[in-house]
Amino acid sequence: MLKFDEMYAQLTPQGTGQSQSQGGQSQSQGSGQGVRPHYEAYAKWLAGQPDTVMRSRRDEAEMIFRRVGITFAVYGAKDEDGSGTERLIPFDLIPRIIPAHEWRSMEKGLVQRVTALNRFIHDVYHDQEILKAGVVPREQIEGNAQFRPEMMGVDVPNGIYSHISGIDIVRAPDVQGKGEYYVLEDNLRVPSGVSYMLENRKMMMRLFPELFSQNRVAPVAHYPDLLLDTLRASAPSTTAEPTVVVLTPGMYNSAYFEHAFLAQQMGVELVEGQDLFVKDSFVYMRTTRGPKRVDVIYRRVDDDFLDPQVFRPTSTLGCAGLMEAYRAGHVAICNAVGTGVADDKSIYPYVPKMIEFYLGEKPILNNVPTYMCRNPDDLKYVMANLKDLVVKEVHGAGGYGMLVGPAATKAEIEDFGKAVLANPAGYIAQPTLSLSSCPTYVESGVAPRHIDLRPFVLSGRHVQMVPGGLTRVALKEGSLVVNSSQGGGTKDTWILEV
Amino acid sequence: MLSRTADHLFWMSRYTERAENTARMLNVNYETSLLPQSASAAEAGWQGLLSISELLPAYTALHGDVNARSVMEFMVSDEDNPSSIISCLRAARENARAVRGTLTTEVWETQNQTWLEVNRMLKTGEFERDPGKFFEWVKFRSHLSRGVTVGTMLMDEALYFMRLGTFLERADNTARLVDVKFHAVENDFMGTVGEHEQEYDFYHWSAILRSVSGFEIYRKVYRDVIKPERVAELLILRPDMPRSLHASLNEVVSNLRLVASDEDSDTLRHAGRLRADLQFARIDEILATGLHAFLTQFLDRVNGLGGRISRDFLVPAVG
Repeated sequence: MLKFDEMYAQLTPQGTGQSQSQGGQSQSQGSGQGVRPHYEAYAKWLAGQPDTVMRSRRDEAEMIFRRVGITFAVYGAKDEDGSGTERLIPFDLIPRIIPAHEWRSMEKGLVQRVTALNRFIHDVYHDQEILKAGVVPREQIEGNAQFRPEMMGVDVPNGIYSHISGIDIVRAPDVQGKGEYYVLEDNLRVPSGVSYMLENRKMMMRLFPELFSQNRVAPVAHYPDLLLDTLRASAPSTTAEPTVVVLTPGMYNSAYFEHAFLAQQMGVELVEGQDLFVKDSFVYMRTTRGPKRVDVIYRRVDDDFLDPQVFRPTSTLGCAGLMEAYRAGHVAICNAVGTGVADDKSIYPYVPKMIEFYLGEKPILNNVPTYMCRNPDDLKYVMANLKDLVVKEVHGAGGYGMLVGPAATKAEIEDFGKAVLANPAGYIAQPTLSLSSCPTYVESGVAPRHIDLRPFVLSGRHVQMVPGGLTRVALKEGSLVVNSSQGGGTKDTWILEV
Repeated sequence: MLSRTADHLFWMSRYTERAENTARMLNVNYETSLLPQSASAAEAGWQGLLSISELLPAYTALHGDVNARSVMEFMVSDEDNPSSIISCLRAARENARAVRGTLTTEVWETQNQTWLEVNRMLKTGEFERDPGKFFEWVKFRSHLSRGVTVGTMLMDEALYFMRLGTFLERADNTARLVDVKFHAVENDFMGTVGEHEQEYDFYHWSAILRSVSGFEIYRKVYRDVIKPERVAELLILRPDMPRSLHASLNEVVSNLRLVASDEDSDTLRHAGRLRADLQFARIDEILATGLHAFLTQFLDRVNGLGGRISRDFLVPAVG
């Protein structure tokens, strides 16, 4: 077992390049470097905590999460313990700490990136300047399943499409071996997880109040306020006092807790498709006192299910006629329909160019260098280096449909290679990053585990966010996959003034 | 508020109340079964309990003969029986979960905790070890749920629909209980004719009273030995007996008035008339025309009222 200091030392990247094998972990054992300064106070505090105390705190946290019902639904068989298909997302007691100055620059980068992405989506559905300029190939857009021709020429309030953006960020060594943040993925459709960010903080403050009096941790609890502000700002100009609702697929959806939580925190109705109807191009909800008009829909339902008259005809999760009301400008849908065209893995490599194209600025946040298998040269390189690369399906999500070369068997690599060759345009590849890890409470004690970060960026009248985001942690030793569906957990995230 | 939300709140309370009443009846039957009595009397007791919930055919198909052990299992932990306590608590909790954002944290956590606990208790055999304790627990969770609702919810529509559910369900359950228990005596109860075995009578009628926490109340109100006419009067007509039909209908009407947008609505009129019929009735008149006939009609009308509430508020027609 590593000592605590050694694990924190790993947060100082050790790598010498980006394409070496995975895991900062093995390389940095016993490197003897000190704890990064922003972790010092916490490390000292933790050293003074008896193991039994930490264990009982962990049990307490689990008990509370169960009682409060902070669970996610798993599709499939029932659990033996009668808890049905509801599981807890493991919560780790040890916070992930980011120094305030690093956050300030990350925040600038996020504002810049999300602004450019919104400009891009607007452009794609209007004049398509970026396609005309040849910066993004036309067939990459028009051949994309996430491109919604129904949105061409539709004007949305403030020109904002992605009101809530979840940008996945990892920390890894750059070419010089210096720690650097990289955007791994943009989530512009219905990013989830923000309720865990909020509940994790609440839990930490409940379990360890003394930590918050000793450290200056930036608060996050005002997120629902910012969200409501953003949604109200996105209302059609026809109403002064907009009625906002959250649209959920229902209580059996895996993120139902979050939908209910956000609706409650904002004090707005949580509706299902069956609660809505459209009359004369306006959207109404059925209430005990008759129909009530709806102006802004924060939808947690995918495009495909929104309106059976326009998209999937069998969907019962949406509302017939919704698109008609939307196009008439009578209702705002957040995020807008068709944002998927910008968060696809095949579009991701173009984001830095978008920033330059629309804003005339150098990108503040890095992209991970990406090989697009649709390019013959890239494909050749990828096929020759499968064992060192992470290869992803461009439409995959949730950690599925990907190959982690260094962790894969020969047979898996071979099979995946065949799939790539059969449809090169369906894949991208990236070097295996030496992801930073963070000390994490596991069965055997404290051990390093890989982490990422998802800040939630809100775009309304202006772009804003609460400090930090959701830190996800891969609980399996050596694993790089942080998704909750694949054994991932979460941590509280501290933006700390040091 | 959303019609669907109101619907979930209404049913959440109904199922909570139903679980409580089922526990009450099971508990009384269970306690009665501890007294020396003939096998046929014991069986009649369990059979009556199944008839109350109209479950005798379903039960017989599954278990055959009627015995304490099987009936208790069927009515407590059988997840395929929609009226079992576990099914009612599951339905209550599922309805609560669907609208957890509308509930206060305390109300939601009470429902959720009840669900987690009942699963634990059934799994660890706590129910079999001490059925009486388990039934008490179900009752007290229901008390807690009502108390936390009244004590923490904003006094608006959400609360009123929950209260409506509670008292409509209670009116239904008490009516069924009275019907079955009087039915057990003879074909239709029309007042005491001859002198029954005094002992059987005492245990039979006091069991009914205890199942609705009415034993002490009876003594206090009538200061008399237990007579079936008075038991019927207490459970049907007394407005101050909290589980009586009259008291339940009083609550239904006042909560309905709070949610109704129209003072002249048909639903309110129906509820008011049903309440008035109880308010101005006399027990000897009811008994003269036949208790069973009276209760059957009452259950129909309560059922009809539930349907109207549903159409008016909970599942309104499109548009």
